[in-house]
Formats: sequence, structure tokens, C-alpha cells
Amino acid sequence: MNRLNKSEIIFKMLAYILVGAFAIVALYPVIYAFSASISGKLEYEAGKIVLLPKNINFQVYKLIYNDKGFWISYVNTLFYTVFGTAWSMLISTTGAYALAKKRLLFRRQFNFLVVFTMWFNAGMIPTYLNYVNMGVNNRWGIIFAFGVQAYNIILLRNYFEGVPKEIDEAARMDGVTEFQMLRKIYMPMSKAALATVTLFYATSRWNGYFWARMLLKNPMELNLQVYMRILIENYRKMFDDMPINLPYATDAYIYAILVCSIIPVLIIYPYIQQYFARGVNLGGVKG
Amino acid sequence: MRKIETARAQNKVVNYAKIIMTDWRLYALLLPMIIWYLLWMYKPMGGLLIAFKNFQPNLGIGGSDFVGFSNFISLIAGPYSEQFWSAFRNTFLISLYGLIFGFPIPIILGILFSDISNVTFRNITQTFSYLPHFLSEVTITGLALTLLYHGEVNTGVIAKLLFETNLVPDGTKIIQNANYFRPLYIITGIWKEAGYSSIVYFAAIMGISPVLYEAIKVDGGNKFQEIRFVTFPGMAPTLIIMIILRIGKMLSVGYERIILLYNENTYKTADVLSSFVYRIGLEGSNQALGASAGMFNALIGFALVMGANFISRQVSETSLW
Repeated sequence: MNRLNKSEIIFKMLAYILVGAFAIVALYPVIYAFSASISGKLEYEAGKIVLLPKNINFQVYKLIYNDKGFWISYVNTLFYTVFGTAWSMLISTTGAYALAKKRLLFRRQFNFLVVFTMWFNAGMIPTYLNYVNMGVNNRWGIIFAFGVQAYNIILLRNYFEGVPKEIDEAARMDGVTEFQMLRKIYMPMSKAALATVTLFYATSRWNGYFWARMLLKNPMELNLQVYMRILIENYRKMFDDMPINLPYATDAYIYAILVCSIIPVLIIYPYIQQYFARGVNLGGVKG
Repeated sequence: MRKIETARAQNKVVNYAKIIMTDWRLYALLLPMIIWYLLWMYKPMGGLLIAFKNFQPNLGIGGSDFVGFSNFISLIAGPYSEQFWSAFRNTFLISLYGLIFGFPIPIILGILFSDISNVTFRNITQTFSYLPHFLSEVTITGLALTLLYHGEVNTGVIAKLLFETNLVPDGTKIIQNANYFRPLYIITGIWKEAGYSSIVYFAAIMGISPVLYEAIKVDGGNKFQEIRFVTFPGMAPTLIIMIILRIGKMLSVGYERIILLYNENTYKTADVLSSFVYRIGLEGSNQALGASAGMFNALIGFALVMGANFISRQVSETSLW
């Protein structure tokens, strides 16, 4: 280990402090939301909650637990996330695999077809009219019409291009078909990239709001984000009709809803987190 | 002559057909993606025609009459022009502030992360700072609206902090006040994306050869010279790509967070082109006008990427394509 000079020591200390501070700021609202959701009404309204909860009770979660709409939207979101991600991955992986092959006819043109959409698209109104025109107003519409992203396809394609040609050729000599090649050779060799892209698709499905709100007409098909937003828009009014002696503050309800929407992210995130930094870098931003 | 050319062209087609037939599996793998793109990305581009039409939903895009550029003219000079130009100005300002305040922070974070030698500390802090990126806009705006709420009974904890530190005059209804919208939008944006965006810079710095750092140390350079002469040049290509991407997106401020955060009281500073398109085109039902505003926005955006890319290629040989 080299000896550090003075400017380096100062810089290092600064780095630790600033990075630590940023991490705390990033995490704080999430911790606060949880604390606020389980704190007592008086403590919350007196502004005594800063980080840790006081006078803990989980009553507000009971309210959510008994809310049928919440569970319906939760299950719907799980459904959209699982099937939607599967669909997006299916198209992206097969497409990216083909695009990675130099022998593909019109390879440049196909690539352009995908990349171009990163710079120019029809825009909100024509896109909306197209969805309406194609009858995207239910569960399956939301699954099939959404969620393929050029960036992810490029990321996978670049990763697939990195698979050594020799392996590909050797397998071809053994009479392996394209499907087998993709499944048995390319996919196992690209686990990090696949995990990354899966995570991207899954979060965008889990978090999808705008189009779901625009297109879904049946209240039984709403996803969590839309349901949550409607609750956020109305919650202060909703509590006007409720008994005053509740053990939690009105805001606790919103914080609890937000916490419920974050939990799945928190559970899955640590497992995939290790992959994506690597995946993102290898894919690069190059078109 | 012509016969030979046609024969050649036919030959070509036959050859293509042959290649595709023998290698049909590869093309079968490609097909779903292409169909998806055609149906959901390219087909709507035909719908851009409504920007030039007097669109009537019952007649459809094809059945409505052409009106030339009159939608564009009414945007620029008609009854909506005031809102349109205000949205245009807001888009530009929000992007500009986003660039000034938002762009350097991930770079600084990337440099700081690279200087932390304790791997456990670094992993933990990185994990925490990436996290907000994965939360939804509804969650984030929900948090922001509640944390900043100022009502009769309760006040959000961040609003309270801002009042106590005198950053914001006591009792301000931050969410209802047009003066605070832009800072609100930009700070929530930084909070959500800065940590995550730092990954790219961090990786670029990690890719710089340690030999260069040794060398500048031997030459007696201090930490700031090290950053200036080794770290910055080393991450320059990444920096340039990121700035091109950023400039290219100058005019496409994301609509989700805007729509979720703004309200009638803050339209003045908050309404951007995409939220304007949403309001008049989808909430209202002036689709044609909305589409022409959207197209206007997209074309300028496209020109910006092209321009930025061109300049970057001239100056640095780094470009997106």
C-alpha cells in the first residue's frame, strides 16, 4: 500500500462523508415512510417522528389488509409483471440473438429499425390512438403491446456478440439448431445480461402507470400504481368520513400504501443488484 | 439493358429467398420482434398524419380532411399559443436546469465511489443510492407530495425542515406554489437517478489503467491534478456519450412525474410540451393539436441528437453511431 499524501487523505475523508450522506438521503424517505406508517397519531401530528417510529401500532396495515381493491390491484400487478416480463424477454432475447448474427440479411437495417425508436417515436397521441384502434383495453393488451425497449435489445445483442465464434461454429458442426444454440449456449453464457434486462423489464412493468391509467377501463384490471395514485388523490377526503379516534394519522395510510408498493422491490433487489452494474457496463450505450 | 437489370433484381430476390429458406430458424427468431416493432412503434407513426388533419374521431385518421399546416399555425399563433409557448419555455428551462444541476452530480458520485477503498462500505452505499431508481414515479411523487404537504393539522417532515432552516418561508404551500415546482422536479429527479447514473462513470473510472495513476503520483501530482489529468481524460468518451444523450433528450422532459406532481396552481412553471400534449390531446380532446405539438417536440429532439452527435464526432471521434 502506497503512503497517501495530504490531499489524498482529505479527499478520501470527503469521499466517505459525501457518499455516506448521499446514501442516507437516498434511503431516508423510505425509512421515514415506514416509521410514519406505524407511529401513533398524536406523535405524528406533533412532528415527533424524525426517523424512528413512536408509539408503534400496525392498525393502518389492517385497513389496507381489508381493502379488497388493494389486493385485486396487487395481484393484477403481479400478473402483469410476471407475464409481461416473460413476453418482453421472449421477444428481446430471440430478436437480439438474431441481430447478433453477422450473417443475418439486412442486419444493419433491422438494427436501425430498433435503434431509431430511441430517437424518434410517434408520440403520445398517435400511440394512444393506435392502442385504442387495436383494442388495447384489457389485461392481455397491456401485456403484449408494451414493454419491449430498444435499449434492452441492444444490451442483449452486444452481450451475445461477445460469445466466442469458435463455440458457435463448433456447435453448428454438431448439428445444433438455432433454438438449441440460443438456449443451451448463448443464454447460459449471458446470465448477467439476462438477469439485468429481466430486472429492467420487471421494474418497468411493476412501476407502469401512465398507459395503464389511460387504457384500462375495467376496475378489476387496474394495477397497483393506478390504484395507489387514485388513493393518494383522494385519501384526505376519504378520512373526513371516518371516526376521529383512529390510532394513526391520515398520512400514515398513504405511507403504508407506499411501503407496500416498495416491499417487493426491496425483496428482489438485493439478489439482482450484484448483476446489473456489470450488465449495464458490458452492454454499453453504443448503438 | 432493362431486361438484364430486372433479371438481376429477380435473381437477388431468389437468392434472398434461398438464404432465408435454408436458415429459416434464425429468421423465425427475429420475426416476433420485428412484428412487435412494426405494430406498436411504426404503425402509430402513420398516425402522425393527424397533425395535418382536422381529426374527427368518428371518421378516423384516414377519413378526416387534410388541413395542411393549420394545426401548427394555430399552435404557434392561435388560441392555444400562449399555453404552447409557455410549455415550450418550461421544457427548455427544466431541461437546462436539469443539465446544470443534474448532470455533474452522478459524475462527482462516480469519482467519489471510485475513491472509496473499503469495499463493504462502497457496496452498501452504492446499493442504497441505486435504490430510488427502481421505485415508481407514483411512489416517488406520493412521497414528495406527502413529505411536503402543508395543511391545517399536519405538515410533512421535509416541509417542516425547509421551514425551520428558512430555506422556504414558513407556511408556504410548496406543492401549490409555482415558484417551487422546478426545484421540486429537479431535486426529486436527482434523488431518483443520480446514484444509478453514477454506475456508468464509476465503471469508466474503474477501467482506467492503474499505471496512469502511479505515473502521476511519481510525478508528484496531488489528488486534484490526478482527477484533472487522469480521471477526466479517462472517462471522456463516456462523458461525451452521456452528454449527447442528455442533449438529445433536452426537449423530451418525461411527462409522468410532471403530470403526477403539477396542479392548476403550478401550470405556469410546470407545464412542459409533453404534459401540454397530454392535457389538450387526451384530457381535452383536441387530438390533432396535441399530435402536432408532439411532432414538433419530437422533430426538434431528433435534430438535437443529430446535431450533438455531429459536433461530438468532429471534436472527439466519439459518437453514438
